[in-house]
Amino acid sequence: MSAELSLFYFFAALAVGSALSMVLNLRNTVASAMSLVITMVSLAAVYVLMEAHLVAVLQIMVYGGAIVVLFVFVVMLLNLRQDDFPPGRQRGAKALGVVLVVFAVIKLLALLPAALPDTVAALPEGFGGYRDVGTALFTRFILPFEATSLLLLSALVGAVVLAKRRLD
Amino acid sequence: MEIPIELVVSLSAILFGIGVVGALVRRNIIVILMSIELMLNAVNLAFVAFARMHGTNDGHVFVLIVITVAAAEVAVGLGIVISLFRNRDTTNVDDVSLLKW
Repeated sequence: MSAELSLFYFFAALAVGSALSMVLNLRNTVASAMSLVITMVSLAAVYVLMEAHLVAVLQIMVYGGAIVVLFVFVVMLLNLRQDDFPPGRQRGAKALGVVLVVFAVIKLLALLPAALPDTVAALPEGFGGYRDVGTALFTRFILPFEATSLLLLSALVGAVVLAKRRLD
Repeated sequence: MEIPIELVVSLSAILFGIGVVGALVRRNIIVILMSIELMLNAVNLAFVAFARMHGTNDGHVFVLIVITVAAAEVAVGLGIVISLFRNRDTTNVDDVSLLKW
């Protein structure tokens, strides 16, 4: 087994394990957020293995740096108690949903090897670097890029309006 | 030796499944938002894997846009959570079913 493949298996196991601990941790929301950080950083490592260097850096900066910090801030701000979450309703429907999701994922994993080609394309020069991705972003994908700026502006205004105590 | 693409896409499918399960079974709305982030990350991983498979940068551009959408979604979602907690003193989704028939 090559070094890259063993690194991939290590980070994949880390990502799946911390994602499971995020979902299954019923008591501590901050611990869930910390598990989410481990998942994000492992995924950034997998991005590096897939030669997506710019995306890996942005993954750590935006997800690990900004989004999870936002989660932790809100959890601390709300000061949740442990007894807020008694056993919920519709347990049968939820169990059915979990069984369906597990079945769908297993089916997908069984179908995948036949559906994908064995060979990958040759790696172009500068693949995944800031120069190539930036050129694509500002030429062919300029319309989605500008639409994103509009989305960010409306999200900014929306967040301020929502978090304000009373609108004047 | 290269990493087989189907392994990366399988990891993406497993993470997406975990995210769906989390959004289904958890009742804390903050953990539900985290599960949605996990699903978006799984999609990003699939984009990166397919970009590597085709040898083009287009998938990376889409990942950047998905990351932006995720950040905006978290900002608005947590704003809603804060104002919800202020008005109802709960983050349990079972207690906030006013719009459900």
